[in-house]
Amino acid sequence: MNFPIASLIAVSAAHPWTYVVFALVGFAFGFTLEMSGFGDSRKLAAQFYFTEMTVIKVMFTAIVTAMVLLFGAVGLGILDFSQVWVNTTYIWSGVLGGLIMGVGFIVGGFCPTTSLASASTGKIDGMLFMLGGFVGAFLFGETEPLFTNWYNNAGYYGRLTLDQVFGIPVGAVVVLVILMALFMFWGSEQLERIFGKKDLSKEPKIRVVGAVVLFAAALAVFFIGSPSLEDKYNKVKFTRTESIPQLNADPIVNTNIYTADDMLAKRLVFITPAEAFKAKYNQSMNPVYLDVRSEADYNLYHIEGAVNVPLDRINEIVPVLLSEPPANSVFMVMSNDETAAVQGWKLLVASGVQNVYILEGGVNNWVAFFGKDDKTLQPNPKAGDDQLGYIFPAALGSRYESCSPNPIEYETLTFEAKIKLQLKRDKSGGGCG
Amino acid sequence: MTTQTKKSIFNQPEKAYVHPYFGGMVLGIILFLALLFTGNGLGSSGATARIDAALVDAVSPSHVDNNPYLLKMAGGDKNPFDDWILPVFIGALLGGFASGAFNGRLKFMTTKGPNISNRTRWLMAFLGGVIFLYGARMARGCTSGQALTGGTTLSAGSWLVMFAIFGGAYGMAYFVRKLWL
Repeated sequence: MNFPIASLIAVSAAHPWTYVVFALVGFAFGFTLEMSGFGDSRKLAAQFYFTEMTVIKVMFTAIVTAMVLLFGAVGLGILDFSQVWVNTTYIWSGVLGGLIMGVGFIVGGFCPTTSLASASTGKIDGMLFMLGGFVGAFLFGETEPLFTNWYNNAGYYGRLTLDQVFGIPVGAVVVLVILMALFMFWGSEQLERIFGKKDLSKEPKIRVVGAVVLFAAALAVFFIGSPSLEDKYNKVKFTRTESIPQLNADPIVNTNIYTADDMLAKRLVFITPAEAFKAKYNQSMNPVYLDVRSEADYNLYHIEGAVNVPLDRINEIVPVLLSEPPANSVFMVMSNDETAAVQGWKLLVASGVQNVYILEGGVNNWVAFFGKDDKTLQPNPKAGDDQLGYIFPAALGSRYESCSPNPIEYETLTFEAKIKLQLKRDKSGGGCG
Repeated sequence: MTTQTKKSIFNQPEKAYVHPYFGGMVLGIILFLALLFTGNGLGSSGATARIDAALVDAVSPSHVDNNPYLLKMAGGDKNPFDDWILPVFIGALLGGFASGAFNGRLKFMTTKGPNISNRTRWLMAFLGGVIFLYGARMARGCTSGQALTGGTTLSAGSWLVMFAIFGGAYGMAYFVRKLWL
């Protein structure tokens, strides 16, 4: 079984039980917060006067426990990390919003979810915090247009994880975070002893065992490592249905599951220039033309609107492709012929990017199809595999006529549609946000 | 507050809170299971915003259509409740209630520092809620969605948000110490 379960990634009215699953998650969440004492604002506020460090202990124990299990499951290949929601990084709205939240925390004595645990157990201050929360979220909606550009762009890095920031394996980050957490637990207990006059000898001894188990698990995560791109590529599956028309009966519909290599071999991911062009005028999709050739070739000639990402730099844009574009984006990878585009396709597919296709025959085929009447373009008989097959009089980029074919002239084009739009999760709301 | 009666609404004896490390471990397992099965973590502040959006949409749909922030949640025929965060929010309310009932902690009371009146506490709780959720929307998530969930998935931005939350609270703590000490 592959996790996460596709039908559970978002709630859907088509599967009412998905609401039940999320309600159960919330139930367990609220139950745990209440039983840890987070319904009482004094317990939360004490964190900031060093008398009782329950907040940091519960929070970091939860983080490190979940982290070890999560990256253990990812390392063992049970869980596809590209399908796990990772909060997108916006440095400046995150930092300022965080500072504001801190002020709200110490003034109000709660954070949003703990106020739910508090309000639901009859605490009047918890109810008022919740009520204030509705006002605060409303005020944000009303004032956001004043700084919408800053809010949506300042310090934006897309889906960015700490292992990418520091350039070290994810297992190493897990080990370091756990060492940091253990140090914080030790420090918290010392602070409780000094400021809270707490007798540490009454603390359960088993917590030391827990710390050792946690550290051992982190080391295991480190040694298991992350699945290689090749492992991930081999696990990718595509679903395609084919409909066989029947005489005097409903057509037979077959659903086939293909591997990525099957998709290439059966050429199900190769789209003709006509389909790539028509995608621009299809309301249901947002086409993104990814040109993986060298910058020199791109400057000579490229399709209008194509983004140049040379093949050796394509891994740099994966975090952005996973988080930023609208869910209905269709990525069309192209090189001069197909060799580089196929490599780019494999990398993107292995990284979990959805709706990736390859321009059949590459840019050369595009020129052959849309530029056949352009007398300034001369075929280059000496072109090798995946090289530009034409000689261009000047590096005009996308200013050749065939770079942006006339939609009226090419109103009717017939092609076998290969694009099957797969809608991934809606990213607008995000995690807690 | 200790002078208040220890009898709860359901007249159960009040039980002690669990040990923080145990509570944290249980919470971590829940968070892991949520990420494993659904790919989503925990959260709640998004639900507050969505309920707001639904209210605005009910009162003035045209206002929603003129506000890009609300438009994303409730524009056109979009249902602002069509999101996983809503069932989590309602579930958390029920879960908190269940734990309170189970452990004998259901009672109407105000949790506050020893040297302020109930009224002051109520006002500050309300104000704190306003400030917190304003910040939570700006940072695109609160302690649950950013610090807890984003911290677990190693999101770089979430770790920054987490440090900012603690920085803001520790920085402000001295100035509002009368509320708590």
